[in-house]
Amino acid sequence: MAQPSAASAADVPSLIHARGLTKRFGSFLAVDGIDFDVAPGESFGFLGPNGAGKTSTMRMIGAVSPVSAGTLRILGMDPGRDGARIRARLGVVPQQDNLDVDLTLRENLIVYGRYFDIPWAEGARRADELLDFAQLADRRDQQVETLSGGMKRRLTIARAMINQPDVLLLDEPTTGLDPQARHILWDRLYGLKQRGVTLVLTTHYMDEAQQLCDRLVVMDKGRIVAEGSPNSLIAEYTTREVTELRFSVGTQDAALPTLEGLADRIEVLPDRVLMYAEDGEAVAEGVHARDLHPETVLVRRSTLEDVFLRLTGRSLID
Amino acid sequence: MAASSVARVFEHQALVYRRTLRGSLFSSFLNPVLYLAAMGVGLGMFVDRGTGAAGNPALGGVTYLQYLAPGLLAATVMQSAALESTHPIMGGIVYHRIYYAMIATPISARDIALGTLAWITARLTMIAVIFAVVVLAFGAAPSAGLLLAAIPVAVLTGMAFAAPIVAFAATQRNGESFPAVFRFITTPLFLLSGTFFPLDGLPAPVQAAAWLSPLWHGIALARSIAFGAAGSNPGLALAHLAVLLLIAGAGTWLAVRNLQLRLVK
Repeated sequence: MAQPSAASAADVPSLIHARGLTKRFGSFLAVDGIDFDVAPGESFGFLGPNGAGKTSTMRMIGAVSPVSAGTLRILGMDPGRDGARIRARLGVVPQQDNLDVDLTLRENLIVYGRYFDIPWAEGARRADELLDFAQLADRRDQQVETLSGGMKRRLTIARAMINQPDVLLLDEPTTGLDPQARHILWDRLYGLKQRGVTLVLTTHYMDEAQQLCDRLVVMDKGRIVAEGSPNSLIAEYTTREVTELRFSVGTQDAALPTLEGLADRIEVLPDRVLMYAEDGEAVAEGVHARDLHPETVLVRRSTLEDVFLRLTGRSLID
Repeated sequence: MAASSVARVFEHQALVYRRTLRGSLFSSFLNPVLYLAAMGVGLGMFVDRGTGAAGNPALGGVTYLQYLAPGLLAATVMQSAALESTHPIMGGIVYHRIYYAMIATPISARDIALGTLAWITARLTMIAVIFAVVVLAFGAAPSAGLLLAAIPVAVLTGMAFAAPIVAFAATQRNGESFPAVFRFITTPLFLLSGTFFPLDGLPAPVQAAAWLSPLWHGIALARSIAFGAAGSNPGLALAHLAVLLLIAGAGTWLAVRNLQLRLVK
């Protein structure tokens, strides 16, 4: 469902407000003047391939990376001036785990709470609650080293919640996890969303963006190339269905002229042809009617991957 | 806010240290026992041969064991300082990235640098105190009170190494350069800064070169305090102190700056 954009609803102050936000590393332009607003309670995503500028943007929002140019306000504050005060109200789940391997799960949470000046007893109480939430209570006194990748991510999310943040920043929260671990994590994040926690996340998985984001921006080469809800982006930039054709090696090129006119739009990838149309089955029948015999024919719904392909001419994950 | 943030970093270090407390304290105890037994007592028997109750005249009238103790105190603290300021820093930046977890909170890179140096100061104090207790158990101090007074000097000597080494570690991609720090800096200084023998009798250029060694200043000052001789040449004692404070201060400034440059990009 589409959330009201914070920019249009003047009475709802945006939690995060960016105009012309830019990040430069020497001569390299990582983030190239982007505009966005995140409203309270919203789940907002940055979708894009590696190197699109998502992590640089997240680090600026996290008030750990100075803004090169443009305006950025987080919770109404300027990260250049009020960095520590902003960080006090954020929860951060970084792309790379940085848990304290010398400490137990519970100690990790309590010590992290100490960085926010949370007293030991209160930190211990919250740690136990959060370990329950992260389904790690039975391991609370074990060393972090004994955890699987998915458990470490859940612990990192629990750690990010220790200061009861206004905004939770998640940088590629499920990258590198197996499908089961990803689903458990999504379930936990969905629970936070239900509680009204504002989530800001980056991902290069379209299924993750579709699961978790109310609204997202598609980034490519430091710029925002599209913005909207997952469904509205699909409706705007692609067709309802896609028919994927795989031809046996070496025969794809010869088949291409025959496919002309069968779909609204055709994308040719090195290993397959994507036919975009409202009715994928009709396309598949048309292909057979023209006496073409691909090795496999797959009819599926369009996803954000297709949106990305349409916008940039490239796949999200190469 | 900032002072409490520095305290939080210190607290984290202390919590991590608690896990290795017993082993660490034991080796802090064993190290001086071995050195004082082998060098002080064993080697001392040959060095002091033929000298009487008035001590060894070549060593200013103390036994070799007594001569060795305050110098070895400062030199041992220096070696521990180098250990505490290399891989643990790399751990925070590269191996476990804990510093990145910290700067995502109200803690700043400056707090991390200062809190870590404060923790190293505490560690070195523990090591120096244990060392002094062992020296007293060996009966190797002319005066227990004066030996205790030399402890802050030993710790300051350690910090004159720890602070610049932390600053250096903050610029490194990994720990590959650390063996060179030990091989070319701390080990030669440990052996050649007057820990085991006085430099007085050596050629003038060697004595002049000693001024370049922060450890030599630390050992000279610790020894003069432990033997109650600092008052006889207060100018020299203050010069030693000034050199150590200057290096520790400049190193601290550099450590803060380098860690900020490393973590905040």
